[in-house]
Amino acid sequence: MATLTVNRAALGGFSFENCKRNALLEGEANKVGCSLPSARKTGTTICGVVFKDGVILGADTRATEGMVVADKNCSKIHYISPNIYCCGAGTAADTEMTTQIISSNLELHSLSTGRLPRVATANRMLKQMLFRYQGYIGAALVLGGVDCNGPHLYSIYPHGSTDKLPYVTMGSGSLAAMAVFEDRYKPDMEEEAAKQLVRDAIAAGIFNDLGSGSNIDLCVITKGKVDYLRPHDEANKKGVRTGDYKYKRGTTGYSLLITHRRHDVFISSMEMMSEVTCVL
Amino acid sequence: MLDGTGPEWLSEEVKTGTTIIAIEYNGGVVLGSDSRVSAGASVVNRVMNKLSPLHDKIYCALSGSAADAQTIAEMVNYQLDVHSMEIGEDPQVRSAATLVKNISYKYKEELSAHLIVAGWDRRDGGQVFATLKGLITRQPFAVGGSGSSYVYGFVDAEYRRGMNKEDCQQFVVNTLSLAMSRDGSSGGVAYIVTIDEHSTEEKVILGNDLPTFFDQ
Repeated sequence: MATLTVNRAALGGFSFENCKRNALLEGEANKVGCSLPSARKTGTTICGVVFKDGVILGADTRATEGMVVADKNCSKIHYISPNIYCCGAGTAADTEMTTQIISSNLELHSLSTGRLPRVATANRMLKQMLFRYQGYIGAALVLGGVDCNGPHLYSIYPHGSTDKLPYVTMGSGSLAAMAVFEDRYKPDMEEEAAKQLVRDAIAAGIFNDLGSGSNIDLCVITKGKVDYLRPHDEANKKGVRTGDYKYKRGTTGYSLLITHRRHDVFISSMEMMSEVTCVL
Repeated sequence: MLDGTGPEWLSEEVKTGTTIIAIEYNGGVVLGSDSRVSAGASVVNRVMNKLSPLHDKIYCALSGSAADAQTIAEMVNYQLDVHSMEIGEDPQVRSAATLVKNISYKYKEELSAHLIVAGWDRRDGGQVFATLKGLITRQPFAVGGSGSSYVYGFVDAEYRRGMNKEDCQQFVVNTLSLAMSRDGSSGGVAYIVTIDEHSTEEKVILGNDLPTFFDQ
């Protein structure tokens, strides 16, 4: 019996058509000895803390591609709304796009309600989207902001679970940063003390975790004001060279080694002429 | 899928490890849970309250995958709000348990979370329902989570019919303490919720205030 196959447009969501082909290609590549390029991940140490007047978010600035640093100064603190910012760890593209999508939807929502958006709203939108994709979107986020109900801080995991806490850390350097927080966090800190605490937590991640490095970015969110400090602390400045192999302009060059050879020419035989070679 | 060579919390799903328990008495129910949330070997939240309100006098205890359990609880919270507005009065505990059961059963292959639903309503007083894997059964008490395996013997031996509110609270605290000391995935503090006709009372018992047994 003849059957008709209709070419239907994809219904949205992920298309897994290329998975088999990719697996085949990977096998072929491994046979020859090379590997497929991997997605750029942000390695990362990100953290957030609630202090007396608001929320401080901190992040390092290294983006890795396998064992190589792809970007020495990438920005991991993303804008969600004028009073809400979000740090992202995991796959760089996923965190970037997820935060942009939610930022856009939140702006529309805020225009529709006529009010400043709430952090709980952003949290709900993010967790529902990540749960819908069942963990395939590798975005681990630290969401913080100040709204009409005060300062709030959430951590959001790739599978869609969230925790509302006074201090959170995420990323490969999260354990190093959490150690600093568990030691020195106190409720209702002043802004300067809280900034120092976040800076130290990120520094712990930078110096003790291979996936994190470079500078420390901070974002201080209080009622009516946001300080985006990028960079707050250049913890890994490139060193200054003490010497130079280059010569100054105008230097005369000379060489002690005589590099051209001369054959003694005997005009006894015409063939010998062809053996005169000059080598410079 | 998520990277297998990176830190394990990135690739491991966040689970609530957990010990949860709910017990009914004449006039109400007592629910209890630990507070540890783990991702692989790392504890990501040591103070999570796993007793989630579905309505004023109906709570559920979460265990299993954190994302799945939180999502089910939030969905049922919403559905119960709509339902209670439709019927014009407080919903029955059985209705809440049925809503949870419907989700757990329909998506039983995709989800891995177990919720124990317990509360008080005017019709049948305090009730405890277990909804594991999509069944719904009313029980005098229910335990769940990874830590429950260590305390089945204790609860079976110690439970007596006709306990009053204080006895039930002590029973719950003892069970949680024993499970938390034996199960690696349970720990932190203990949250206790007592629901009866007049009030819903939430209590936190910090680690060093928990009862100790022979080896502590």
